[in-house]
Amino acid sequence: MNELINGFPVLTVTGLTQGAIYALVALGYTLVYGVLRLINFAHSDVFMIGTFGAIWTWSAFGFDANSPRPSVGGALGLIALAIVVAAILCGIFAMLVEVTAYRPLRARNAPPLAFLITAIGASFVLSEGMAAFTNRRQFGVPAMLPTDPLFSIGSWQVTPLQLTTIAVAILMMVALDWFVQRTKFGRGIRAVAQDANTAALMGVNKNRVILLVFLIGGLMAGVAAVLSDMKAASTRFNVGFLIGLKAFAAAVLGGIGNLRGAALGGILLGLAENYGSAVFGTNFRDFIGFLVLILLLMFRPTGLLGESLGRARA
Amino acid sequence: MRQIFVRAIGGVALAALVLGGAAACKQDEGGTEGGSASKVCDLKIGFFGALSGGDAGLVTPGKQAADLAVKQYNAEHADCKVSIQAYDSQGKPELAGGLATSAVGDAKVVGIVGPAFSGESETANPIFQQAGLPVITQSATRPSLADNGWAIFHRGVGNDFSQGPAAAAYIKSINAAKVFVVDDQSAYGAGLADEVKKALGATVVASDKATDNQQDFSAIVTKVTSSGATALFYGGYTEEASPFLKQLRAGGYKGTFVGGDGIYDANMLSVTGNADVEGAVATCPCAPATTAKGTFVQDFKAEFNAEPGVYADVAYDLTKIYLEAIGEGKSSRADIQAFLKSYNKAGSATGVTYKWDDKGELDPAQVRVWSYIAKNGAWAPDKEIPKA
Amino acid sequence: MTDVRTRWRDFRHGVSARFDRLPKASKIGLIVVFIVFLYALPNKGFYEYLGLPLGEYIPLYTTRNDMATVLFQCGYYILLALGLNIVVGYAGLLDLGFFGFFAVGAYTVATLTSPRSKIFTEYNWLESPWPWLVALPIAIALSLLAGVILGWPVLRLRGDYLAIVTLGFAEMIRIVAQQNDWIFNGDRGISEIAHPPGKNADGSPIFAFDAKPYYWLVLTVIIGMVFLIRNLVRSRVGRAWVAIREDEDAAELMGVPTYKFKIWAFAMGAGIGGFSGALWAGQANFVNASTFRLEQSILVLAAVLLGGAGNIGGAILGGFLVIYVPEWLRSIGDVFGLPENVRIAGEPYDISATNLRYLFFGIILIVVMIFRPQGLWPNRRRAAEIKDREKEAMVGA
Repeated sequence: MNELINGFPVLTVTGLTQGAIYALVALGYTLVYGVLRLINFAHSDVFMIGTFGAIWTWSAFGFDANSPRPSVGGALGLIALAIVVAAILCGIFAMLVEVTAYRPLRARNAPPLAFLITAIGASFVLSEGMAAFTNRRQFGVPAMLPTDPLFSIGSWQVTPLQLTTIAVAILMMVALDWFVQRTKFGRGIRAVAQDANTAALMGVNKNRVILLVFLIGGLMAGVAAVLSDMKAASTRFNVGFLIGLKAFAAAVLGGIGNLRGAALGGILLGLAENYGSAVFGTNFRDFIGFLVLILLLMFRPTGLLGESLGRARA
Repeated sequence: MRQIFVRAIGGVALAALVLGGAAACKQDEGGTEGGSASKVCDLKIGFFGALSGGDAGLVTPGKQAADLAVKQYNAEHADCKVSIQAYDSQGKPELAGGLATSAVGDAKVVGIVGPAFSGESETANPIFQQAGLPVITQSATRPSLADNGWAIFHRGVGNDFSQGPAAAAYIKSINAAKVFVVDDQSAYGAGLADEVKKALGATVVASDKATDNQQDFSAIVTKVTSSGATALFYGGYTEEASPFLKQLRAGGYKGTFVGGDGIYDANMLSVTGNADVEGAVATCPCAPATTAKGTFVQDFKAEFNAEPGVYADVAYDLTKIYLEAIGEGKSSRADIQAFLKSYNKAGSATGVTYKWDDKGELDPAQVRVWSYIAKNGAWAPDKEIPKA
Repeated sequence: MTDVRTRWRDFRHGVSARFDRLPKASKIGLIVVFIVFLYALPNKGFYEYLGLPLGEYIPLYTTRNDMATVLFQCGYYILLALGLNIVVGYAGLLDLGFFGFFAVGAYTVATLTSPRSKIFTEYNWLESPWPWLVALPIAIALSLLAGVILGWPVLRLRGDYLAIVTLGFAEMIRIVAQQNDWIFNGDRGISEIAHPPGKNADGSPIFAFDAKPYYWLVLTVIIGMVFLIRNLVRSRVGRAWVAIREDEDAAELMGVPTYKFKIWAFAMGAGIGGFSGALWAGQANFVNASTFRLEQSILVLAAVLLGGAGNIGGAILGGFLVIYVPEWLRSIGDVFGLPENVRIAGEPYDISATNLRYLFFGIILIVVMIFRPQGLWPNRRRAAEIKDREKEAMVGA
């Protein structure tokens, strides 16, 4: 308990940071679920590919774990570039998963559980493929942003990395919300989410909308991957699994299919894990995460904000 | 027509039943071939451990090192080659039993490097024991493994009991008033951390546990910094230790980071990066016998284009022991077992003198724990830690 | 392509129709022969007898892993798949944490029968370890109970929420087991678990390190379980499950106490899962927390759906394949004499079949599901429904 009280400011800030990453990954789960009613298990491995995308980008510029920290301007540029590369890479892989593993099944109107198996298959292919490609090695992330606190209010300190992570995550979420609520493409997504067949009759190209949804989910995962790289400081072929699990839990916590719910769920999960670890020990971190989720679902069976993609579902 | 079909089926069924039953009773051949006087070629050395799945990072470097040793041997003995047979347990005890039986059934397999983890050793070693197939593990350090009466069991590294107190002695020697102990809940990490805690007593102000494949250590970092600890002991492997150390430094922890031999590898340096790993300490039951050391590191780099990872050097030496035995014409499991029992030489990669007692532990007099400090991108030998 | 498929289907239907028309005695005879065949599988001699080419490589025999052990692993996975099939296939409840019940069964046997268990060494709750056979019913009962306890609150949830909650529970069980200082001893585990009883004529125990007796034991259990489940499914309970799967609200309106039957399905499945765990613990002789990873639950689910949800034969086929195929893939390198390492642009890569087998397995999962979305051996009724949907899709497109 003392540890929670003493460390409360730090725990809150770091919890928010980790929560922001969960939230970004959770968006990918929730978008796909909202449109297809499908748990995209391969999403966690798309995220994993993003973490490598960032490392490859940096190493192309000669940065590895041993490199000295670049200037702040240079670091921001490199981060922005890595985000672009990783997001594109993840977007491509997410679409590949959709085209190879899900679309053929949809064309045959396969039962929902069949999608679960191809999702698991795609997850095996991506993670084991990357394992073979990288010889199962662990890669260090070059130091980018300075670690000294940027500013502090009392005992609340915020480092540049934490600020960047939270800011980028908020930016992405606002952009996504705008995209889904305000643009023509977003209207297409909402239409398919509400009623795919009717939307198709109204002239919405269902397959294109679904591809778009996977692309967006992939982009978000790519952004999250770069942020997570800088926070975690290393990556391997199997980093996706745990974070994917948490992000999926976060999506359910907020109400799966609900974009704002995913954001809220991610942040709550990040905080709950941090506070819980401080009180009960880090070995119970995941236990607490799931306990919170289960208790919440007992009382709100469709998550905090309920299921919906852009509108309330009765 | 139907009658004929039925009768045909019935006849075939009966025949199959009788013959199938007979076949079922026939026992499978297996076991060792008798040690013949002439030189036996194409012998195999089994390499047993997690070569795929999440834990492979701890074992694959050792497999590569074993491959390297065999390649070097075969270059010299082109007329009578040896090969490595991989048994990929994925580190899972539930798979280890079957693979062990399989290795036992292959008469060409005369020795095993591994099983790499303590858990899988518990299921595999009884089977090896029954078949008299010698094993030398490069990384299973649970002390109780030696207490099962397995004659075939040999440990190529010191166990937790030898390393834990030494790590504690090191921490005492740097006069750390407050020590924080973290382990990764693995049999190895927790065992080591428990020994350290026992030996340090009241100087340990707090402890916490990480989990396998953990990426986000923010809660532990907060605890460490707020505890005011000046030294931290981490029981676990590079996979988690490297991001943990980096996050500790980013979180403002300035004290000493001490780990066991699980972090004494090149990846700890290259993945963490010089700036953050500088000053980190690894204890290892291995001596820095630079003179005795051969060209292992260079050879490994040339072969695999990477730094030798965790336990690569140990696996290399252990494979070479088997190769030495085979080179001397030992070709049966029993001969090699006898060879191991009387072995007493220093390994060229680790500098450890391999001499086993009757329980299969390295001779305690030979286990010398050294501390190594990360300096300028290399593990610099610091000092031999005196026995408590 | 379609031509081959229709021909294959005609052939299959022809065979099954022929089998149906056989007199009862011949039917039983055939089944007996098939069962004898199953009992003979682990013997290398059996393959020689079949005239399959011997040598370094034997088709279908797992040359890189002990065949009897692989078959035993298939066996306990088949049991798990049978249990999960009740939950997913019949009652239509998506359970992502099924391996948790396996853990309950395995740990019950481990703690009660191992002299190294903390019950004896630290807590002194009991005088001496119990025999395996006594611990077995307790293990099954406790898993059943765990199913009811878990089912009672969570079965009010539907669909994917149920999936994440069951997943969470399985993870929580694992995390509890992971605690080194608690009863289950974490990653250090519990060794010296008792084997099942029985002695050979010469006084040596039947159940020791050789996996064959275990395979025969698990095969016997599977056969018994198949009869049990068949009867259950054809009873009122089974019909209620199918009604729930097809439309829960409609079933409720028709007077089926859906909640009660869902708990029933959950508990039955859990009991079978626990049985499987108890058998496994008896063979493995050692249990630790790292065995019960989430991947295992997912693999069991893959087994049920790959084989064909809602069909006993499908669950058996799926449980067999998800273990057997990756193990068998280890030996395909021997078949084609493939190199184990290649060097591309100065970087060495391990391309051995052992290293890449889960990559292949993933591809197989995707391809099979695309061509047979209903699973390899589906329930006839479900297959018909799915075919209807397929037609709809064609019309829609």
